[in-house]
Amino acid sequence: MTGGKANPSPSLTGAALRARRLALGLKQAEVAAAAGISASYLNLIEHDRRRLAGGALARLALVLDLDPAELHPEPEGLLAEDLRAAAAHAGTLAVGAGDLDRAEDFAARFPGWASVLIGLYRRAEGLERAVEALNDRMTHDPHLSAAVHEVLSAVASVRSTAAILAETEDIDPEWQARFHRNLDQDSARLAEGARALVAWLDSGDQYGAQGMISPLEEVEGWLAARDWQADAPEEGPVDGRSGRPTGGLAGGEDETAGLSTAARVLARTMAARAAADAAALPDPAFGAALTRAGGDPLAVAMAFGAPVLSVFRRIATRPGSGAGLVVCDASGSFTFRKPAEGFALPRFGAGCPLWPLYTVLGRPMQPVAAVVQTAGRGARRFRILAFCEPHYPGGFAGPELREAAMLILAEDPGAPVAGPVLPVGPTCRICPRTGCAARREPSILTEPA
Amino acid sequence: MGRSVILVEDEPNIAEAIRFLLQRDGWRVEVVTDGAAAMGAVLRAAPALVILDLMLPGQSGLDILTSLRGRRETAALPVLMLTAKGQGRDREAAERAGVSRFMTKPFSNSEIRAAVRDLALGGPDAEPAGDR
Repeated sequence: MTGGKANPSPSLTGAALRARRLALGLKQAEVAAAAGISASYLNLIEHDRRRLAGGALARLALVLDLDPAELHPEPEGLLAEDLRAAAAHAGTLAVGAGDLDRAEDFAARFPGWASVLIGLYRRAEGLERAVEALNDRMTHDPHLSAAVHEVLSAVASVRSTAAILAETEDIDPEWQARFHRNLDQDSARLAEGARALVAWLDSGDQYGAQGMISPLEEVEGWLAARDWQADAPEEGPVDGRSGRPTGGLAGGEDETAGLSTAARVLARTMAARAAADAAALPDPAFGAALTRAGGDPLAVAMAFGAPVLSVFRRIATRPGSGAGLVVCDASGSFTFRKPAEGFALPRFGAGCPLWPLYTVLGRPMQPVAAVVQTAGRGARRFRILAFCEPHYPGGFAGPELREAAMLILAEDPGAPVAGPVLPVGPTCRICPRTGCAARREPSILTEPA
Repeated sequence: MGRSVILVEDEPNIAEAIRFLLQRDGWRVEVVTDGAAAMGAVLRAAPALVILDLMLPGQSGLDILTSLRGRRETAALPVLMLTAKGQGRDREAAERAGVSRFMTKPFSNSEIRAAVRDLALGGPDAEPAGDR
C-alpha cells in the first residue's frame, strides 16, 4: 500500500486505521501531532473508542493519505452483539440491594431497561474493582487505560441518564425518548467496552517487549491493511522446509518496516508460506480446480498434491475473500487468524472448545465439516471445514508437531439447514450461551449460578 | 459573570445528561465538544463556571485550563474538571494547573449539581436566578 489513496471502503475500523499508519511506517505520536490531536486520542480512535468528526477527521485523512469519506463512522457499528447478549440474559438478574427506592421506581416505569442496567452496573462494578487491583499495570499500558476509560465513560453516561429517567416525573416525552436512545447506545458501548477490557485483562503475560500488542496482532493488522496478501517481503533467504527466514533481519527498508522485530519475523514467515502456497497452487489453475471441486479443499489438495492447509490459506487469502481462517498449534494457541464477518474470534488462545478446530487437533488427517451457529440474537450460521496436519521436522527422532486449521465460510441465512447445527461461541469468558456442556469458566455475559 | 455554564465534553450522551440536569436547575448551558473551540466559547459567553473534560479532541482539558488561568479575565473562573482517568497524577496535574474541583466519572447527578452550585454561586444551597 504505497502512494495514492487506499482503496475506498464504507468506513475504516480503528484496526484498519492503525494498520494503515503502520504500513506507512508512522508512529502514533507523529500522526497525532500532524493531525492536531493528542496521541492518547488517536489511540482511542484506533481502538474504535472514539469517533472521528470535523477537522480532526480531515486532518487524519490527510496524514494517512486516505479519502475522508472512508473515515466516516457507521453508527450502527455501536450496536454490538454484546448488548443483545446482555439484554437477552438480563431478565435472569436479581435486583441489587443499594438505592432500593429508586431502583423500584425505575424498574416499575422502565422494567426492560432497569434489568439491562442492573446487569451492566454489576459487571462494571466488578471491572472497576479489577481495575483498581491492576492500577499499576494500567498506568504502563495505554491500551488497557483506553479500555477502562471507555467503560467508565459509558458507565458515567448510563448512571446519569438512568437517574434522570428514574427521578424526573415530569420529563418531556421528547427528552424521554432521547434518553432512552442514549441508554441504548451507552449500554452497547458498555457491553463492548467490558468485553474489550476483559479480553485485555485475560491477556496475562502476552505483553511483548514493546508492551503494546502481540506480534501476531501486529502482523494481522499489517495483513488486513494489505487485503491479506503476504507475499511481498523477500528480504533474506528462507528455509525451504520450515518456511522460516534464515537470514538476519538487518537490511534496507521493506514492506514490514514499522513492525516490531518479532512481528517482522512472523510476517516474513507468513510471506514465505504464501509464496510457497501460490507456487504449489497457481492461479488460474487453482481457481478453476476449486470451482470444479465445488469448493472442496480436500479435492483440490489431492488434485495438486498439495497440503490441505495450503489450500485453506489460498482460499482465505485470495483477494476479496470473505472466508475466515484460524490456525493453531498443538497447544491450541493461535498462529494465524483471519476473521470472517459475524464470527467473533477471541484475541488470544482458548477459543470455544466446540470449534471443529479443536476436534481435528486430536484427529490428524481426518477432515471435519460442520455447520455452526454463533451465539446471541445476531446469531449467524457458518460452514466450517477443519483439518489437522502433523509435521516431523526431526524425522523419526521426533517430535511430532501438529497444525490444525478451520476455514470459516458464511452460510446464506435464507438457505435451508440440511443437517445438525452446532451452537458455538467465541470463547467461554464472553459467550452468553447457557447450559453449555463444554463451558470451562463462567461468562461475564451471563449471571453466575 | 452570567448564569451560564460552559460544558466542554466530547461524549455527547454525558453532555446531554448534564445539560438537562443543569437547565432544570436554571442554568443556561452551552456545550462545546472540541477542545480547540473551548477558549473562544468561554471568552464569548463569560460563564459563571466551566465544566471541562480532561480528554478531548483538539486540545486537552489541562491545556484549556492552563490557557484559562493564563488570561486575566478568566484566571479566577471556577473550573470543574471531569475525567474517567482518576489516577493521582492526573489529579495532581489538574491541581497544579489551578483546577477548582476534580470529579471522576462515573459521578452522581446530585454530586455534579451540588458542585456547580457550590463553585458558581459560592454555596451548596444557593440557587441560580435564571428561568427554569
